[in-house]
Amino acid sequence: MVVVDVNELTYTYPASAKPVLSNVSLKVTQGEFLAIIGNNGAGKSTLCYAMAGFIPHFFRGSMHGSVHVAGKDTHVTSLYDIVQQVGLAFQNPFNQISGAKFTVYEEIAFGLENTGVPRPQMMERVEKVMALTSITELADRSPYSLSGGQQQRVALASILVMEPKVLVLDEPTSQLDPVGSREVFQVIKEMSQRGMTVVMVEHKVEWIAQFADRVIALHDGQILLEGKPADVLASPLLEEKGFGLSRYTQVARQAVNRDLWPADRPLPVTLQEAVEGFSRVSG
Amino acid sequence: MKIVVENLHFSYPGGVDAIRGVSLVIETGEQVALIGQNGSGKTTLVRHFNGLLKPTQGKVLVGDWDTRESTVARLAVRVGYVFQNPDEQLFCKTVQDEVAFGPRNLGYAASKITTLVNDALAMVELLDQKETNPYDLSPTWRKMVALASVVAMDTPVVIFDEPTTGQDAASVARIANVIAALRERGKTVIAITHDIDFCAENFERIIALGLGKILLDGPSQEVLGQEETLALTFVDPPQLTRLGKRLGLPGVISNPQDFLEAYQSYINTDTSLHPGAGERQPSQS
Repeated sequence: MVVVDVNELTYTYPASAKPVLSNVSLKVTQGEFLAIIGNNGAGKSTLCYAMAGFIPHFFRGSMHGSVHVAGKDTHVTSLYDIVQQVGLAFQNPFNQISGAKFTVYEEIAFGLENTGVPRPQMMERVEKVMALTSITELADRSPYSLSGGQQQRVALASILVMEPKVLVLDEPTSQLDPVGSREVFQVIKEMSQRGMTVVMVEHKVEWIAQFADRVIALHDGQILLEGKPADVLASPLLEEKGFGLSRYTQVARQAVNRDLWPADRPLPVTLQEAVEGFSRVSG
Repeated sequence: MKIVVENLHFSYPGGVDAIRGVSLVIETGEQVALIGQNGSGKTTLVRHFNGLLKPTQGKVLVGDWDTRESTVARLAVRVGYVFQNPDEQLFCKTVQDEVAFGPRNLGYAASKITTLVNDALAMVELLDQKETNPYDLSPTWRKMVALASVVAMDTPVVIFDEPTTGQDAASVARIANVIAALRERGKTVIAITHDIDFCAENFERIIALGLGKILLDGPSQEVLGQEETLALTFVDPPQLTRLGKRLGLPGVISNPQDFLEAYQSYINTDTSLHPGAGERQPSQS
């Protein structure tokens, strides 16, 4: 079942001459984990905003084409109805903290309060999601007293607690340490396996390769490549366009020139693929 | 400008003990990366270097100044600080004004300010955006404005808090260039980062913090080889270090060149590494 359907979307911000997204079409099916990669300015965050209804309801500008989420056309659906379906975690967690709450516990409950969830259920959901995102011990702290990484977990928890059908995450691990990033990837993967549809913008190629079902490479507002992580993430086209590749891919590409990696073997993206490839090659 | 930290302890109001006894010396012109898990005290530690935080116990010396007796404004002459979130430090109407703000406050002559601003903007490739409002730029470029606004202050010590988060490959390379340029000018550079590959490629010394204490402090190659200790503070060694280790290559490898050379010489001498020498085996996965 298609849950997110972006059809020939072209969008230009107000007072801007050039569209940020040009004729972008993509579909995401229920329970799928889609990763979006791209350079700064490629239109990744804008695409997130469009899928979460911020475009056209918050950002004006000119929008052509359509976005359907859970069967509803975002253009004619109210933001209130859209947020019941989609949760968006901002690129910058600092901007997402409401400023209206004194504790992390209350901050996470904020969305549930606004959608009228009964108190006992609210408390149960808040506590469950705090455990899931490993922030239970921060419950009574002020959201503003936290470190960058801790704030990012709170921002993620406050979206997960809404239990949206579609989870849109704009670089959800940017402030996290490596183990924290992997934990977040694992939690998100679990969510998608339970049926939540996930769209995640990320730069961390090695983990996308391990966790995502499909990858879209966005370049200059258009889809450059789309497919399985192993096919997309080691593509020579990405290097040509200045995308960040994993160190494994980079080193294997150089190794090909020295006959240390067979030219006909796919380039590795993950540690395991690199170990396998380098263990089999002769000098 | 030497920085000396002596038995530093810091507790936030409310009782969180963020730093629990840290002592270290950073010599003039050193390039130091601070790594460690979220909440390990990295930001808290560096905020002592420019006086934003004052020790609960112990002391911090920046050159001959004790930060307990120096205001943030005074310390700003010696220590520049680029915040993790650029939006916390940008407020002027144009990129040029923003970058000129710091040097102007340090009381430099107009001609020197112009030189410093142009130089800093050239370094981050923003010379053509002088008249732009910083908030009309993307977050990536706002980060570059923040970087330039601190570089332009020409302080002997420059601190970067998480410079590479959310940046693409081109932008990370740009930041590496800024660090290299500062190194050439003899500046002390201190960066907090979770990007361990970036760390391995751009810093000569690494300090790993865990729960408010120093776990490791030494030359990058040595620190990055301590996989078990790094795991205590949730840091993975660089990708190529991990690969080298899995393949049984000697030494701590942190860049492609070193990897290829170590690998080449290893397979020349050790045939057990490639049981199917000369022919490719079918992949198991």
